[in-house]
Amino acid sequence: MKKIIANTEIEVNEEGYLTDFNQWNKAIGESLAQEHGIDMTDRHWEVIDYIHDKYQNEEPLSIRGIKKSGVLDIKEFYSLFPGGPLKKATLIAGIPKPKSCI
Amino acid sequence: MSTKVKKMLFILSKATLENVYAAFVMANGARMEGIESEIFFTFFGLEAIQKKKLEHLHVATVGNPAMHMPTMLGGLPGVEALATKMMKKEMEKLDMPPVGEFLEILSDSGCKLWACKLAVDMFHLKREDLIEELDGILTIGDFYNRADQEDTHLLFI
Repeated sequence: MKKIIANTEIEVNEEGYLTDFNQWNKAIGESLAQEHGIDMTDRHWEVIDYIHDKYQNEEPLSIRGIKKSGVLDIKEFYSLFPGGPLKKATLIAGIPKPKSCI
Repeated sequence: MSTKVKKMLFILSKATLENVYAAFVMANGARMEGIESEIFFTFFGLEAIQKKKLEHLHVATVGNPAMHMPTMLGGLPGVEALATKMMKKEMEKLDMPPVGEFLEILSDSGCKLWACKLAVDMFHLKREDLIEELDGILTIGDFYNRADQEDTHLLFI
């Protein structure tokens, strides 16, 4: 379905995830974050960069992976993106929701 | 992105690997969905939070029809250890953390970990026998009080 955000039309699925990463830009990420009650800081963007790296290398994302990432620990991840950090961070990053159970 | 379930409370009474992982995966999965979660370790479940025992939990090869193994064979020395080794290998392939690391992940994720007072007394355990991440030792009454809010579910494993 279509959605207008940050003055841009994007295509999202029923859960609000972008279906085409090429449509993503920082302004869209910022607006998506706001919709979920998150004000993006430099620290948030560092995490989004990490998530983009993993996505581009086709490496699966998981909470255990965050622990090993060297970028941030799990506690900080939960405090930066409260209420389901992996789901929220990937939505903001414009990539599909991870299928990981762990 | 919001669920009607607000809090999941798990009571883990067993120390077989499959039951421990079931509790851990569900409790961690709840946190990943933005749901509060807590685990109350009682009876044999306490083995999963004892420093000396937690990395030595086994799958049950006897009395477990899903193992597809004759009961007599399952009871032979070493079979349980072998089955456990094989299962742990499969788990590692799926990036499932070992018990100790999983407990750290749960604690860091905000999942509360409690030991049952009655069972701790019964097995003559001391606080120092239990993992650092433990949030405390509770009576069942204390634990019920933690369940006393709307949209909370209790699950016995």
